[in-house]
Amino acid sequence: MTDAGRAGLHIAVAAALAVAAVLVLPGALELFALINATVWAAMALLALSLAFAWGAGGILCFGQTAFFGLGGYAYAVAGINFGDGALAVLPALTVATLAAAALGWVMFYGRVGDVYMGVITLTVTLILFKFANSTAGEQWRIGAAALGGFNGIPQTPPLNWPGDPANPLTPEQVFVVAVLCLFGCYAAVKLVLLTRFGRVAVAIKENELRAELLGYDVRAHRLGVFTIGGAMAGLAGVVFANCVFVSPSMFSLAYAGQVVIWVLVGGVGTYVGPMAACVALQALASWAGTVPGFDPNLLLGGVLLAAVLAVPRGLLPTAQDLLGRLRPSRRRPAEPKIAPAE
Amino acid sequence: MSAPLLATEGLTMRFGGVVAVDGVSVSVEEGELRCLIGPNGAGKSTFFRCLTGQYRPTSGRVLWRGRDVTGQDPFRLARLGIGIKTQVPALFDGLPVVEGVRLAARRLHGERESRRLADAALGRLGIAHLADRPAGLLAHGQRQLAELATVVAPRPDLVILDEPTAGMGTEETARTAGLIRELNRDHAVIVVEHDMQFIRAIARTVTVFHQGRVLMQDSADRVLSDPRVRDVYLGRAAA
Ligand SMILES: Nc1ncnc2c1ncn2[C@@H]1O[C@H](COP(=O)(O)OP(=O)(O)OP(=O)(O)O)[C@@H](O)[C@H]1O
Ligand SMILES: [Mg+2]
Repeated sequence: MTDAGRAGLHIAVAAALAVAAVLVLPGALELFALINATVWAAMALLALSLAFAWGAGGILCFGQTAFFGLGGYAYAVAGINFGDGALAVLPALTVATLAAAALGWVMFYGRVGDVYMGVITLTVTLILFKFANSTAGEQWRIGAAALGGFNGIPQTPPLNWPGDPANPLTPEQVFVVAVLCLFGCYAAVKLVLLTRFGRVAVAIKENELRAELLGYDVRAHRLGVFTIGGAMAGLAGVVFANCVFVSPSMFSLAYAGQVVIWVLVGGVGTYVGPMAACVALQALASWAGTVPGFDPNLLLGGVLLAAVLAVPRGLLPTAQDLLGRLRPSRRRPAEPKIAPAE
Repeated sequence: MSAPLLATEGLTMRFGGVVAVDGVSVSVEEGELRCLIGPNGAGKSTFFRCLTGQYRPTSGRVLWRGRDVTGQDPFRLARLGIGIKTQVPALFDGLPVVEGVRLAARRLHGERESRRLADAALGRLGIAHLADRPAGLLAHGQRQLAELATVVAPRPDLVILDEPTAGMGTEETARTAGLIRELNRDHAVIVVEHDMQFIRAIARTVTVFHQGRVLMQDSADRVLSDPRVRDVYLGRAAA
């Protein structure tokens, strides 16, 4: 199958799953569970955003939550000021995208090494965490929106139909929006990977020097990938703000670390893997939370340790390998044809 | 007279106390086939890294068709039309060989044309059967051929080959020599080789590097029979 054919198939399957989720879950789940599912969709989108930056760009970003939180906060602030959630989406995405572009520009054009990139991005999200926590009090407001310090912004406005701020979306509708965002971004990632830009980005991850010697601008490509990842994280923040409300914890080390774990467990270089790992690990954590005397963080740490030790490449690539071994004819290339002489 | 395709003027590259390239002035004409020889550590690869922007020369200039391009980024120099096969093959290890060659052509050509150029390059090098294999799984000689295909697919004006036949068998070496001659029909080529047989087979002008400087430059016959060159290769101090 061609790459385009395979991507089309993946997108079609994802579309079917999205439609099924949208049709079935709102009716089948209690309100609380549905809101929870919406949060998971937001988190899965966050996982996807890092899976893209890391998998397609080879960019080790430990602070993907910086753009997640910025997107959420910008949405809340703009929504409160406009009195219209729909109008706040674009500013929120703009803020997250510009923040990623600015940080990426400093890192890539400053020729920061990979390890430092991890440190810098983590530091940025922790600085934002500190900052957001310190914004308690009346002096910290942007227009009508009080940033609220440790408490965040409980009055984060819900989305509404464009031009109709009096009619906020119901939790069911927010869930549908979340699923559509997740599916849309997944399809976008798959399509971007088919373009020359996406293929060059992957090639750069494989061998930066070779790409550069072929005339490709490595820094511009990495900046592009990082910025797209930041924009998706910002969108995840907007969705998250619609089911919970924005607070400094969006920038926290706990979240930043979890995103990395989801991608590692799911498999760097895959996209379904990190999303699935995100949902599975959150389901596991929320189940563990109901078991008295059990620490969900301990469980998460255990899973990460087990995953890194037992399936170092992540669950999805390992599963694919196992499948491939069961059907050997699929992966092995045809044996040497006679080379056509020219 | 028009400016040479590529020229260096007093090109120097210092690493702390080591002067790897020491005031080298050479020029290569459009369409020329030039051999560069010299013992290990003579500075050949470092010289190439200066030409392709991987190193910013400590001093001196690099001129491309008379234009000063010293210290430009590698991708900009590549866009001028300089392609290089590095001494240690640089390939997209996780990608199928053909994808790397396609991407090489894709910068200048459309998708369909890139596919055609990639297939042609792989066929010419006799590695069409390796097209779908991940580059990282190839044997050393195959890697060399795969990288050659990648470098020549976009048909750069100047092709630099740093020890292209290292790790190749006799048959692959002969095929590579043929390819270089064929390439040279409409591209300038600079090639580094240690194999004197090979040099004799392809070379017109040979430049000899020794300790970062140009020891001599002349026809292949005269260079290969020069006692100084023999001394240098046998490790005796050059006169
Ligand atoms: N990055 C570097 N830092 C320090 N010294 C270097 C560096 N690169 C090259 N050198 C030194 O510069 C000199 C020239 O090395 P270079 O690799 O250019 O030689 P060469 O002619 O390509 O040799 P070979 O035939 O072994 O490939 C050597 O003494 C080497 O140790
Ligand atoms: Mg060398």
